[in-house]
Amino acid sequence: MVSKRIIPCLDVRAGKLTKGVRFSDNVDIGDPVEAARRYYEQGADEIVFYDITASHEGRGIFLSVVERVAETIAIPFSVGGGVSTVADMRAVLLAGAEKVSVNSAAVACPDIISRGAEAFGSQAIVVGMDVKRVPPRPEVPSGYEVVIHGGRTFMNKDALAWARRCWDLGAGEICLNSIDADGTGDGYDLNLTRAVAEAVRIPVIASGGAGSPEHMFLALTEGRASAALVASIVHYGRYAIAEIKEYLSRRGCKVRPA
Amino acid sequence: MLAILDYEAGNQTSVLRGLAGQGLEAVITADAAVLAAAAGIIFPGVGAAGQAMDVLRRSGLDSALTRLVAAGKPLLGICLGCQILLESSEEGDTRTLGLIPGRCRRFAQHLRDEDGEPLRIPHMGWNGCRLQRPCRLFRGISSDAEFYFVHSYYADPDSDLVIATTRHGLEFCSVLGRDGFWAVQFHPEKSGRAGLALLRNFYEYCREGAAGQW
Repeated sequence: MVSKRIIPCLDVRAGKLTKGVRFSDNVDIGDPVEAARRYYEQGADEIVFYDITASHEGRGIFLSVVERVAETIAIPFSVGGGVSTVADMRAVLLAGAEKVSVNSAAVACPDIISRGAEAFGSQAIVVGMDVKRVPPRPEVPSGYEVVIHGGRTFMNKDALAWARRCWDLGAGEICLNSIDADGTGDGYDLNLTRAVAEAVRIPVIASGGAGSPEHMFLALTEGRASAALVASIVHYGRYAIAEIKEYLSRRGCKVRPA
Repeated sequence: MLAILDYEAGNQTSVLRGLAGQGLEAVITADAAVLAAAAGIIFPGVGAAGQAMDVLRRSGLDSALTRLVAAGKPLLGICLGCQILLESSEEGDTRTLGLIPGRCRRFAQHLRDEDGEPLRIPHMGWNGCRLQRPCRLFRGISSDAEFYFVHSYYADPDSDLVIATTRHGLEFCSVLGRDGFWAVQFHPEKSGRAGLALLRNFYEYCREGAAGQW
């Protein structure tokens, strides 16, 4: 049976981590390549990088980070942020990433998903979705609306319908982020995670809200997610990946031994 | 030295990194002469079977591979490079290399996982391998080690060629072949320490076979 995955997420700006990562042995790391290496050695199943650089110059620096990561870790990693064309996808895949993640560009122009899947295969295309809870209305019957710009712009799209559309267009995976839960540490939005995971037959990565290993357990069981994205809970040394995996394993959730 | 076959199918650079990172010599090549001179061949691949077969036929690499395997050249197929060693694939109803009796099938939509939920396809993530017979590729690798899979089709070879199986909706063949002619469905180059150890085991096998030529 396929194991549930634990995926640390690293935000990169101009080639550096936006926030330092502190490992449990009290080492502070600002270099994304070093942080990736540490997470790899600690038993992370995959790593996600988001490029939050705006400039063209920063993009070049980011691609060199991707190349160095590919030389350093022997697990899959995906890259998102600023990907809006098939050429952008090709650049990060050629630099050595296994997967590329599209978010707002796919909302604006869903064809990028099918064109990416045709060019590189579905396994390489992740759709990142940011979602916010709203009062249900005819266009958004589930009460979960797709948003962009970190939740400032509402797209008048129902999250469940959008997830199914992404699947139809050839996405290989969905990374589902709850803007409401993000940064709270109160747990993933389990209703949202489960609704999306049941709407599609591709893997769903739960994101936003992890504050304890139990939150991950719930997202991976009740929430039906295939993987849990983690950021601050591991970045500040509160929990090591191995510790999270031991906890999950004890609760009967199958994970790869760290 | 190992030769990693380059046929525009993606992951040859990752495979090279997986070897080079452990100090193991390999080159990426599309040249039949380089393949013939190497101690062993790694046949990688991601993408669609039909497209991959087109490239192999156009370049004549299909017959080169067939000749080399018949002559006993060690080979390790990975993922798509595992699937197209079989006779045919349900992916676009493609006739493939036919070096191994059997065919490649798609995970059926009606399958369910261990929790009774509809199966997620592709099979994406880490999973174990249950060895059905001893295999030297797994030498020194813990029996609970997991490997990284990402695929929607799986190999269904003659049962005497099944080396290991993996569970995803059904028990499918994840490692197949015979001594010196192996294929794995997962990506050893992306499977952490266990995967790197498997690549090293293949390398060592080839090096021993090529003793004197190195």
